[in-house]
Amino acid sequence: MKISAFHLMPHRELPDDFEKRYESVWVTPPWWELADARRVGQYYNWTLDELLYAARAGFDGVCTNEHHQNAYGFMPSPNLMGSVLAKATNGTDVAIVQMGATLPTSNPPIRVAEEYAMLDCISGGRLVAGLPLGSPMDVNFCYGITPMEHRERYREAFALTLKAWQAREIFSWNGRYYQLANVNLWPRPIQQPHPPVWVPGSGSISTFDFAVDNDVCYCFLSYSGAKAAHTMMQGYWQVVTDKGRDPNPYRAGFLQLVAVAESDTHAEEKYARHVEYFYHKCLHWPLELGAPPGNQDYRSLLASARSNVRRAEDTKKLRYRDFVEKGYVIAGSPATVRDRIREEVVKGLRVGNLMVLLQIGSMPHELTLENMALFSREVLPHLRPLWDDEGWINHWWPERLRNAQRPLAQAAVAAAGA
Amino acid sequence: MNEQTVSVWQGRVRMRVLSKGDGPPLVFLHGPWGLTWDPFLDHLAERFTVYAPEHPGTAPDAPDDVYHLDGLWDLVLCYDELLEALGAEPVGLVGHSFGGMVACELAAAAPRRVRRLVLIDPIGFWRDGDPITNWMTLDAGRLRDMLFHDPGSEPARRMFGVVEDPEAAIAARVRRTWAMGATGKFIWPIPDKGLKKRIHRVKAPTLIVWGKEDRLVPLVYADEFSRRIAGARVQSVETAGHAPHLEQPEKVARMVADFVGAAGGG
Repeated sequence: MKISAFHLMPHRELPDDFEKRYESVWVTPPWWELADARRVGQYYNWTLDELLYAARAGFDGVCTNEHHQNAYGFMPSPNLMGSVLAKATNGTDVAIVQMGATLPTSNPPIRVAEEYAMLDCISGGRLVAGLPLGSPMDVNFCYGITPMEHRERYREAFALTLKAWQAREIFSWNGRYYQLANVNLWPRPIQQPHPPVWVPGSGSISTFDFAVDNDVCYCFLSYSGAKAAHTMMQGYWQVVTDKGRDPNPYRAGFLQLVAVAESDTHAEEKYARHVEYFYHKCLHWPLELGAPPGNQDYRSLLASARSNVRRAEDTKKLRYRDFVEKGYVIAGSPATVRDRIREEVVKGLRVGNLMVLLQIGSMPHELTLENMALFSREVLPHLRPLWDDEGWINHWWPERLRNAQRPLAQAAVAAAGA
Repeated sequence: MNEQTVSVWQGRVRMRVLSKGDGPPLVFLHGPWGLTWDPFLDHLAERFTVYAPEHPGTAPDAPDDVYHLDGLWDLVLCYDELLEALGAEPVGLVGHSFGGMVACELAAAAPRRVRRLVLIDPIGFWRDGDPITNWMTLDAGRLRDMLFHDPGSEPARRMFGVVEDPEAAIAARVRRTWAMGATGKFIWPIPDKGLKKRIHRVKAPTLIVWGKEDRLVPLVYADEFSRRIAGARVQSVETAGHAPHLEQPEKVARMVADFVGAAGGG
């Protein structure tokens, strides 16, 4: 298993009545009423400190992602964060997992290829290149890309990126959306033929096909946990089988919210309000923002109009215990957490590249570090050997880090040996 | 009513055209919610041969044809080919909302094709102080409220009403959504795509019709059109929102017919 610490960089201090007073956490939240640049500077620094702490504590990778005009996660440029992380973790075996810079919002998209190559050079070949399609909120509503062109632009930019990293000769790109007469990337990545590629998705069938056809790691970035993802991930593995690929668990990534404490009761005391803050405030946006007409192709539109199965649950009505019970969040004692992750996520979904979100919503800095410390000491060592017995190779991890046994923090080693 | 499919754009874009009536040709370009043959078109068919083409991608069984068009220029040329195929004589051209913008672009690009031009609550301009509501971001309930002066009226029910048959209800929702996507391709995120640079080329006598209670594209936008088209006339329609031809079909059909039917203008 490879286990990475994921961060959204949320606003940690939204007002108690946020979801009643404002229509959305995304696209339209008013900056001047809700935020203060100095305080936000503190959030960015906490975020970096937390990810660096995770790196030192023995996680295999650190993940950042891109969102815009959004109080639940506002790293408009994940590569700025990734750059700090790459420099500060030099000399270690931590992967820099960019989940990532969004192709359709980068113009021309070779900007992403260039910045990723820079990160790979700075980190000595430790980059995982996430190439997300981007959400409709970010791409269509904040960055003005026409919904009907969103996927076409992405696919063209994806092909251009892969070619730009690998081409031995200067080439011209006469595309539908992008035209470049002399593509000659400086720098090129250290990793050959190119850094491992992860494609995050949210369950769209056409992304399964795309991921399998391109032989990348498909990552389901879910906030609804493994139980809700089960049918969908079965769909993914079916596509893997149908297209004749091997069932290598490292073809799949999954994001899970996790909160660890000394006991299940302690977990509730420490984390309940932060979990509720996350689901009630951070995920507060109208459904229409997620599906502007034209964003889904006709086939998917028809399929989703016919299916009443995957109606999103109203998370505003759920409380901490519901989130835990339904698996949205895996929380509790180390034993509870490791058992549930192993059974529900790793084995249940067949996941080799696990991402865990340990800073949740309003969770303060100190508590985040506590959560990370407990996870790395009491949970991570038990998960890492999973899949080892089956002998799969993680082709979607930087080659020189594939067999690295990340040194666990002193206490972690002691605990694991005890 | 007759139905024909005209293939344009090297056969890649199939446009279904509904038609009815006889008399001089009148072409109607529908708005962002797809074409339905309504009483307004029936009234017009009493005096004209009404041709109502469906915007690329919105005809049944041809949803993906719209992907062959990269932008407004491609779209305008498609309509130019369509008019050629329908018969080369100059037509009365009527467009609603998005279709009004396309009609105006077409009249500017190919002035000889258009004898008289009628724009019903058209889009095509942008004023920071009077933003046009992006209907692609509204749920069905809010869209209905914003679109119609009386959301409980018969035309509103026809567009959004509860349909008993669940399959038909799904089909209606998919059709409306896809039509918004396929038209939205040419106007996202702000429906000002440079008409102001081209509108001076419109030579046809022009009537601008506006629903007085239009909550999506406010009446002030009538000025943007009338001051740029020589001799253009504005007529507003009482107790009507963004689709006055649906809420006041008889009245608006008479305005249009009297204007298009009048002598002159080629």
